[in-house]
Amino acid sequence: MLLLIIFTPIVAALLIMAGAPARRTALLASIFNLCLSLLVLAAFDASSRGFRFVSSFPIFPDWQLNFTVGLDGLSLIMLLLATIVTLASVWFTDKIDNYERAFYACLLFISGGAIGAFASLDLFFFYAFHELALIPTFLLIGIWGSGNRSAAAWKITIYLAIGSFILLLGLILLYQSIPAGARTFDMRALKTAASQIPPDAQRNIYLLLLLGFGVLVALFPFHTWAPEAYASAPAPAAMLHAGVLKKFGLYGLLRLAIPLVPAGAQYWTGLLVVLLLGNITYIGFVTIAQKRLDWMLGYSSVMHMGYIFLGFASANLLGTTGAAVLMFAHGLSIALLFAIAGELRKRTGTLVLEDLGGLGKVMPFAGLAFGLGAFAAIGLPGFANFAAEIMVFFGAFQRGWEMDRFHCFQIATVLGLWGIVISAVYMLRAYRSAFMGPIPDRWKDVVDLRGSLRVPVTLLVAAMLWFGFFPQSFVRLVSPAFRTYFSASQPR
Amino acid sequence: MIALIQPLSLEITVLVLGMLLLMFEAFIEHIDKQTLAVAAIAALAVVFLATFFLAPNPSMDQATGFWSFYTADPLAIFFKRFALLTTILVLIMMIDYAPTVRHSFPGSAKQVGLGEFFALPIFTCAGLMYMASAIDFIMIFVSLELVTISFYVLVSFTRKNPATLEAGVKYLVLSALSTAFLVYGITWIFGVTGQTNLQRIASALAHTDLDRTAALFGLVLVLVALGFKIAAVPFQIWVPDVYQGAPTPVTAYLSVGSKAAGFVVLLRVLRPFLIFPKVERLIVAVAVLTLIYGNLAALPQNNLKRLLAYSSIAHAGYLLIGVACIDGRAVTFYLVAYLLMTLLSFSVLVVISQQAGDEIADFDGLAKRSPFLAFAMLIAMASLAGVPLTAGFFGKFLIFWAAIAHQQTTLIIVGTITVACGFYYYMKVVRAMYWQPAAKTGSIPVSGLSKLAMSALIVAIIWLGIYPKAIFKALEPQRGPVMVTAVESLQR
Repeated sequence: MLLLIIFTPIVAALLIMAGAPARRTALLASIFNLCLSLLVLAAFDASSRGFRFVSSFPIFPDWQLNFTVGLDGLSLIMLLLATIVTLASVWFTDKIDNYERAFYACLLFISGGAIGAFASLDLFFFYAFHELALIPTFLLIGIWGSGNRSAAAWKITIYLAIGSFILLLGLILLYQSIPAGARTFDMRALKTAASQIPPDAQRNIYLLLLLGFGVLVALFPFHTWAPEAYASAPAPAAMLHAGVLKKFGLYGLLRLAIPLVPAGAQYWTGLLVVLLLGNITYIGFVTIAQKRLDWMLGYSSVMHMGYIFLGFASANLLGTTGAAVLMFAHGLSIALLFAIAGELRKRTGTLVLEDLGGLGKVMPFAGLAFGLGAFAAIGLPGFANFAAEIMVFFGAFQRGWEMDRFHCFQIATVLGLWGIVISAVYMLRAYRSAFMGPIPDRWKDVVDLRGSLRVPVTLLVAAMLWFGFFPQSFVRLVSPAFRTYFSASQPR
Repeated sequence: MIALIQPLSLEITVLVLGMLLLMFEAFIEHIDKQTLAVAAIAALAVVFLATFFLAPNPSMDQATGFWSFYTADPLAIFFKRFALLTTILVLIMMIDYAPTVRHSFPGSAKQVGLGEFFALPIFTCAGLMYMASAIDFIMIFVSLELVTISFYVLVSFTRKNPATLEAGVKYLVLSALSTAFLVYGITWIFGVTGQTNLQRIASALAHTDLDRTAALFGLVLVLVALGFKIAAVPFQIWVPDVYQGAPTPVTAYLSVGSKAAGFVVLLRVLRPFLIFPKVERLIVAVAVLTLIYGNLAALPQNNLKRLLAYSSIAHAGYLLIGVACIDGRAVTFYLVAYLLMTLLSFSVLVVISQQAGDEIADFDGLAKRSPFLAFAMLIAMASLAGVPLTAGFFGKFLIFWAAIAHQQTTLIIVGTITVACGFYYYMKVVRAMYWQPAAKTGSIPVSGLSKLAMSALIVAIIWLGIYPKAIFKALEPQRGPVMVTAVESLQR
């Protein structure tokens, strides 16, 4: 079943290139995939540890290289996120003027790459699946983008290429640091094998992994590709990339860095905290200064990565679980915001905040949807983001806690809490200037989202609300994975 | 009943084939020259198949007489196949290129000169095959000359074109100079050790009473000549002009065949000298220079042939990383990947350059005019840049694998930066094809044979990117005997 989920988008993309009706095939494939992943969710036994739905095919036995896929709670929620956002972004795709087939094929390739990466239990395919999405991203932004699309496409491609190359070096170093007898690409076996890596080798590995994944996730100061690319990308591509593919880096850190090289993570904690505070505060202020809605959203997505890094850096059960849930929640909310922004651009032809205004009167549904997305992004109670951020903050605050004094994590948590205020400022300001106030005459004829487009919006909002009110259904899925990480050695 | 074939008869067959073609050219007037080329392709394909039924190689210890010059170890047989495959693909390109050759002989009879154009690569192929087997400096020198002299003619074949003539002269003068260096170096090594056989040189060098400085000096002179062949900095000056000026199929042949032969000889020649740590440092320095020069100089290129020339220098740099780490397997795999992707890009270029030209701007809008050619070029460029799931990625993977295992930090850092450069200049071609508006319209005709060859190359690139084991299997030393015993048991 898992194999089916991985290969449905890829096969559908190939079919579309071969001549199947583009939109219908893509929609069908993504609906099918969402149903399958819901089935997997229903069949998943949360109480069991380890991986389920495992299937494995040998590729290169000398190196123990197998094509192995499987799911635990963490990868399951990423899979769910990927299928939900894929469906929404395919649904939101408007009529494409040129190369319509290629557009849908690229979207599905990105989706298949992300799903494959989340489901792979083998380091090599984990990496290769992610890279499958690189060229489609380049083409999506380059061919169908707007604004300075050429520069944006170069920038994202070169940044992501360099990031994933550093990551590759880190993975090779990780593999070679393990004594020859125990070497494996299998993530399950790596957990025991990696305990034999000496601490100073762990430092180098962790640094390479952090830099490599960090570039992919837009960790400060490697973030400059993200806002520009998201502003230029067509809305479905931005939804898919910001919502799903970018989470690959965080997923990788949670999956590899914490369990395999804990000593390295310990060593570089200070650096990571400084960088993530750069994400939260510096990028937060940069976001406030943005004058265009798409750039604002791009920067806000970079900023929110800081919270996820904070949960990751806390390296305890509460914080990492919060980071995982936040990945999911942020993926949904940013996809919703990019979708609405794309619709605004289509209808008004501009995303400059000053030129917009009063659109809530003519587009009540879009206004409501954007408002919900904005509230979710700020972290209002009732949305999944709130539950996640609370866990992240508690987890981070807990780390290194002493009764009488503040350590770096306590300070970071306090600064991070101010980030919530910052995000409230820019989100509410953007909402006010786009949807509130008097409506200029030229926007009087703008029409609201048509009926069928309300379905994906409802889907995204429903998922956000469901997991906002019942976060425990998630936590139950995710925490067993992390509990096994921390049961062996609880870092303090 | 399968009779076993003596390895040497392969080269003899190829030489006889070349002479036959020349006879046909000289004495039979009323024959379509294209059939000559097709016949040559078929004959080479038969020889290629014959390489799978070779008689076993006498073991190296008792090598006397002819067998002290010539070996048929797995590496040699592998590169014989490599040379044959390259020549077949180049001949297919030459058929496409024939109209241009005809134009350069105005006034004379219809197909004059074409026979030689098709016959010369076959002599080059024989030279490459001898070179793959050469384990003696005399043999290396003679086979190198056979290759080089036929290239002199091929490079300046369309001699009415001033650029071609310039390329021919440059190649002739610099190549002759490098040959002089080679002979001079061989003399020094012979003077010190009294041997020309590489293995005997190795055992002679093990004695400490020899003048090692003199032997090293000889080796450096030999490396100058080989550096010229593989286009390593600082012996790369000829490459851009010669590549740009030479007929396109010849450029492809130069960049694949000549380079591969250079690397085989380099691997063999270096082996006896590995006892000197200085040699490794020298190779590392050359690799760093080659990587930096090739990649930086490729960045601003606007002519695709010139771009591919610089990219061939850049790839020599990656290959030299493998040489510096003495990883013959990584180098061999990289060469195979390089063969596939370079020949694919050149075979697209041959078609386009006759329609429009060989500037990158001539590829504008190719995706609209010929989706197949654009897709083939996309795969070639993605593989050259090193996108995963292509052969090029696995090549880089193995090279950097070796570099990390040998802790060549400088090479790794420089290599990482240059890989990112590569993404920029290869994606330039993709941009032109996919999102620049087309200057001309109308589809581009592609002959059936080249379409077949291109499809085979695309499949091979992706296949090796997913399943690289095929190449390693062919290189395993035990494979020859196993095969032979299987055949022997068949005979009984």
